[in-house]
Amino acid sequence: METRTGMEASIAIAEAVCLCDADIVAAYPITPQTHIVEHLSELVADGKLHANFVPVESEHSAMSVCCGTSAVGARTYTATASQGLALMHEILFIAPALRLPIVMSVANRSLSGPISIWNDHSDVMAERDIGWVQIFAENAQQALDLTIWAFRLAEDRRVSLPVMVNFDGFILSHTIEPVLMPDKETVQAYLPPFEPLLRLDVDAPVSMGPVGIPDIYTETHHVQQVLLTDAYGPIVETLDAFGKHFGREYKPVETYRADDAEVLLLTMGALGETAMEAVDLRRERGQKVGLLRLRLWRPFPFEDLYRAVGRRPVLGVMDRAISYGGPYGPVASEIKAAFYHREQRPRVVEFVAGLGGRDVPISDFDTMFDALFDTLETGRVPEPRLVGLRE
Amino acid sequence: MSQGEHRNPVESFLRMDRMPHIWCPGCGIGIVVNCFVRALLKSKIDVDSVSVVSGIGCTGRIAGYFKVDSFHTTHGRPIPFATGLKTARPDMNIVVLSGEGDLIAIGGNHFIHAARRNVDIKVICVNNFTYAMTGGQVGPTAPLHSIATTAPYGSHERPFNLPFLAESSGATYVARWTTYHVRQLTKAMVDVLNKPGFCFVEAIAPCPTIYQRRNRMGDGLEMMRFYREHSRIANGADTRSLDIEMGGEIVVGKFIDRDRPTYLEAMDEELSKRLGNRYVPYPTGVKR
Repeated sequence: METRTGMEASIAIAEAVCLCDADIVAAYPITPQTHIVEHLSELVADGKLHANFVPVESEHSAMSVCCGTSAVGARTYTATASQGLALMHEILFIAPALRLPIVMSVANRSLSGPISIWNDHSDVMAERDIGWVQIFAENAQQALDLTIWAFRLAEDRRVSLPVMVNFDGFILSHTIEPVLMPDKETVQAYLPPFEPLLRLDVDAPVSMGPVGIPDIYTETHHVQQVLLTDAYGPIVETLDAFGKHFGREYKPVETYRADDAEVLLLTMGALGETAMEAVDLRRERGQKVGLLRLRLWRPFPFEDLYRAVGRRPVLGVMDRAISYGGPYGPVASEIKAAFYHREQRPRVVEFVAGLGGRDVPISDFDTMFDALFDTLETGRVPEPRLVGLRE
Repeated sequence: MSQGEHRNPVESFLRMDRMPHIWCPGCGIGIVVNCFVRALLKSKIDVDSVSVVSGIGCTGRIAGYFKVDSFHTTHGRPIPFATGLKTARPDMNIVVLSGEGDLIAIGGNHFIHAARRNVDIKVICVNNFTYAMTGGQVGPTAPLHSIATTAPYGSHERPFNLPFLAESSGATYVARWTTYHVRQLTKAMVDVLNKPGFCFVEAIAPCPTIYQRRNRMGDGLEMMRFYREHSRIANGADTRSLDIEMGGEIVVGKFIDRDRPTYLEAMDEELSKRLGNRYVPYPTGVKR
């Protein structure tokens, strides 16, 4: 049974966490994540979610509390954004190293300075290498679904790693959308009770987080790399199971009208939905454009990307952050690296758009598609460009 | 502006091109800004020697409105930023103006340590009992039983008593006033602008939109009436007795005014003793 209703992505996520019976929520207020934990604290206060809500004094404390509760075997959830995610940075590395299956929503928001509360992906891109599973939602339904999935994947004993569900701040967090809300029985049938792989237990004492001397540090990091890479199998498996169970399919890389496309554009997050509109409009004009939506960011879905791109000669990548002084778009640079050793590789055209809440209208996607067709005709790859930059 | 038109003396200290400000009708932060400007005028301090540092939150916006060198820092960090300004420019008067969520929760560690080492900065904390900017979550001074979005049936956490925290951490000056007490609040700001060391002024302020609405405490004006009727001036009161309860008495006054070497003075003294002539004293003169 599921109920069709309208709600903010933030509220939908909170309801999903409630359906998943989280034991602990520890969070600090930060825009635009706050509605999630506000709603969760209401659910806890009303007795609908039998959990402890810890209103900690900073995000650094939030993630630290999460590590503590997860270490004793509590199903643990938090949410943050932007500066809050950055403040967690130190602890973010600890959770996967200790195999703590924490689930966190990140309402993606730009980083200071200048101070900006608005949406882009500079927060998550700065946390690329923390060792978490990282996935992106494009709408409220996906944000809800992927939250439920995140607990299942994180707690899968083959994985036992923290999972970050990214959803765009304001564009999704504060927008009311229609969602299909599953009922508790259906969620429980998908999400088994949490059986921790490792836990602090007085009957079988272990130490978590001790020093890794040079003799062992390399091996621990090798294990982390292997674990996160190998999480790919369980990720696909649990997403497939989600599809069978709830009737909504998710893939590490998803496509839109890409089969016969001459040029492809790759997006991550909510702007993929605007891009789909832009693709439709181009298609009406007889132009064969298509879209790739990179849903799974870590572990990076190399094979899915290769399959989705196929033999197409031009691939545009729209980044929502800049790697300053480096290869410009962080996603584009990874895409290029992924193809470097391939015989069949597309020309990659880099765009950065929608920084700090700058609107990305259909016309900006037209600019990008024009550039892709230009590369298709001439074979020339333009310099990376900031779409919508005011001169 | 036409000639002969009267200008508010406060205006010349503010970036009027940024007006209207973001604060709600009935909010107390504007009163604190007003008091601070009047304190600057009264203290006859060289305004060019003043720098305002604030963090994130409603009060954090102050730094953007002041027409002095100002630093709008990340959440919780105005005190360490200010410590940096003061250490590199000991001649400057560094004033931190920020909210209790910023200074006492996420920045709480900085607060106690700056007070402990007696960094010569002036900390004016607007206490409105909630994280107002993010919509009213339970904060570090939220009175027991007060309602917040993350405490929908009332807070069950013990709040900080800020004057007690400041005194026990080592502040040289500690006062608390409400925004009803504009003259005393202004006087306290004049006091701290002229006093060396870590000085702390708590300014209790109304938050009609977030805190009061949720707690059914009326509008900004009603809160001023509440302050008038429920405040008791007790200069020199024991700071341990200054807890604030829902609907209860608010004890205000100047509680602590003591002298001890500032961070830089203590460093100079200690190292001069140890190193004698080999030590070149740190320039610590302040334009007061």
